[in-house]
Amino acid sequence: MTHNLHLWLIPVLPLVGAAINGFFGKKFSRQAVAGVALSFSAAAFAKVLVVALQFSSLTTPHIEFLATWIRAGSFQADFGFYLDQLSLIMLLIVTGVGFLIHIYSVGYMWEEAGFYRFFAYLNLFLFFMLTLVLAGNYLLMFVGWEGVGLASYLLIGFWFTKDSAASAGKKAFIVNRIGDFGFLIALFLLIKHFGTLNFEQVFSSIAPLSSETAGAGLLTAIGLLLMVGAAGKSAQIPLYIWLPDAMEGPTPVSALIHAATMVTAGVYMVARSHVIFDRAPAALTVVAIIGTLTALFAATIGIAQTDIKKVLAYSTISQLGYMFMACGVAAYSAGVFHLMTHAFFKGLLFLAAGSVIHAVGGEQDMRQMGGLRTRIPWTFWTMTIATFAIAGIPPFAGFFSKDEILWRAYQVSWVYWFIGLFTAFLTSFYMFRLWFMTFFGEYRGTAESHEDSPHGHGDHDDAAATHGHGHGGIHESPWVMVIPLVVLAFLSVTGGWIGVPRSLGGNNRFEKFLGPVFHADVAEGAEGHGFSEMGAEGHGMAGSPNKETEGPEPQAGHGTELAFTGISVFAGLLGFVLAWLLYYRDPQLPQRIAASLGGLYQAVVHKYYVDELYANLFVKPLIAGSTSILWHGIDRDVIDATVDNSAHGANEVSDSVRHMQSGNLRSYAGWVAAGAAMVIAYMVWMGTR
Amino acid sequence: MVPISYYLILSGILFACGVTGFLIKRNIISIFMSIELMLNGVNLSFVAFAAQWHALSGQVFVFFVMVVAAAEAAVGLAIIISVYRTRETLNVDRVDLLKL
Repeated sequence: MTHNLHLWLIPVLPLVGAAINGFFGKKFSRQAVAGVALSFSAAAFAKVLVVALQFSSLTTPHIEFLATWIRAGSFQADFGFYLDQLSLIMLLIVTGVGFLIHIYSVGYMWEEAGFYRFFAYLNLFLFFMLTLVLAGNYLLMFVGWEGVGLASYLLIGFWFTKDSAASAGKKAFIVNRIGDFGFLIALFLLIKHFGTLNFEQVFSSIAPLSSETAGAGLLTAIGLLLMVGAAGKSAQIPLYIWLPDAMEGPTPVSALIHAATMVTAGVYMVARSHVIFDRAPAALTVVAIIGTLTALFAATIGIAQTDIKKVLAYSTISQLGYMFMACGVAAYSAGVFHLMTHAFFKGLLFLAAGSVIHAVGGEQDMRQMGGLRTRIPWTFWTMTIATFAIAGIPPFAGFFSKDEILWRAYQVSWVYWFIGLFTAFLTSFYMFRLWFMTFFGEYRGTAESHEDSPHGHGDHDDAAATHGHGHGGIHESPWVMVIPLVVLAFLSVTGGWIGVPRSLGGNNRFEKFLGPVFHADVAEGAEGHGFSEMGAEGHGMAGSPNKETEGPEPQAGHGTELAFTGISVFAGLLGFVLAWLLYYRDPQLPQRIAASLGGLYQAVVHKYYVDELYANLFVKPLIAGSTSILWHGIDRDVIDATVDNSAHGANEVSDSVRHMQSGNLRSYAGWVAAGAAMVIAYMVWMGTR
Repeated sequence: MVPISYYLILSGILFACGVTGFLIKRNIISIFMSIELMLNGVNLSFVAFAAQWHALSGQVFVFFVMVVAAAEAAVGLAIIISVYRTRETLNVDRVDLLKL
């Protein structure tokens, strides 16, 4: 059956919104700007829902062709779209969470000067992200890939008058360039060896190839290069350094781009390219190792951060590490499952953190917070749900996805599992640390006395009043900010229920739904058919467990899996208890521990000096080399010198010759006579020869 | 019959006088006259060769030169008058507005 779903509408709708706001928004009122931005992102979401409802009647993958883009010899790249279960889930996440964050931003950004600019960028981001997700070939995907990088750059540097924001935007862009370089080389290799970039043709020509177990070959090279690209976009070691700095952007941006959607593009790309990775075990191992190390590394840094957004940024890096770990053990659907639940709870965490920052007047340092539990109850309760979700406490969403990843990782190697488990413990610890420091104990900040804080929120006072908190300084956010929090909180609770593993009496409908995409993953992939209504529910509603077939559980029995589940829950609870001990019962204790740890603690606080290391290893030599060789050596001494010296030479020559032009008529006559004499002498000489 | 070399030597002397006058005279009219002298030196050699080779073209050429010289004299004198009116001098060393 070949419906035409007009998939092109999905990315183009936000683009129209971006264009309207970008070109004309300056003259609009804030209500109009918000109206345009919200209606176009809502329209994209609605369109995705319509597509999801029709999804069951489609043959997957559903491919749509819009127009020819590039045709050069036998190579052709089109504006084509590729819709399957994986891209449908991504579409739902991007437009759904994106729309919620648009709503939130209306409240959060209301006071900002560049209100229209912000929404134009945000819609532009949606356009590129949807292009990335829907693209039918790697080249169009790359366009979206670069585009989200651009939108990310623009939004990180939204407050561009602030030097740190401007340089954070540049850092993100430049670090991403390194990754994009790898991605591009991978594309070149694909063109060279397969002559096409269309997913369908690339995958069908790779599928018959055998796995490169014996040694590294073409597919391994392509896989590794794609991973370089993914590491850049998804902030993995060694290219993760841009993400913490990206927190300079407005908080809704951190939530949308740097937690829920853009940074997961790398995971999506690896999952999309699973055909390549499946046949390149060496590349897959690298993916798993990078993911695992990143998860651990970022989690340890997260422990010692005091900036509430920085904690969440490192947490994001760490969770992305989990997703790559899942992809690396070929459990792509587990990775995408975690991607989805992570989009819910991390988006929520950022939005709630934004709400906290908003409440205390722009303060981001958790040491200046505390005791906010009763003052901003909506934020507190939603953030609590998100914290429990990320810590992996059942029955919240994060538990199911993280547990699935750990279980699948264990089947490949216990090392992945153990590091993942330890990271889960660390995650739980630093998240509850954040939770206790922000919401419990005594308030340590000064916002009470400074009512006109930098964030200025005069017009939210009515919102504060309706919530019965006449605190003036600290107040609950307006309803436009609270509603997205509540919706995301609901999703953070229920989002995991669609992927309940069999060992817990579920059916892992999520994995079955994705089965047709990752054929190798699920044996009963053909049955994925019956679950196509999941598309509509994919947004978080869990259906009743559907007991039909007893799928072949790989290798180990339910008992073992249950035991592992127990262990990971225990790790999460251990983190909670430790955070409770250190940051609630005895808040002085952490400082004493930190003092006794000395150098190690300092290393963690300074993020293992990675930024400094990179600065000394790459940035400074590059600047020195550029200055002394490229600038002084080549540009100034060769290129400029050539131009300057030829000009000087012409000047010298004309300076010496210009004295012939004396203006004296008789000297001219003399020159003419001399010239004539020479001509005559020459002719005489010629004649006498 | 007078040998042709006599004519040519006289022609060379006339031309050399013209060149010398052209180079050393300061008065524009003298310079102008020197140019006429050079032209006539050349004319002399033309007619001498024409007589020697019994070729009419040399004589025809002399008429051409005379016509051009007459035209040149008309334009040149007009320029000289104009220069004198504006500069009140005929000394070429002082007509040097184009000097660097």
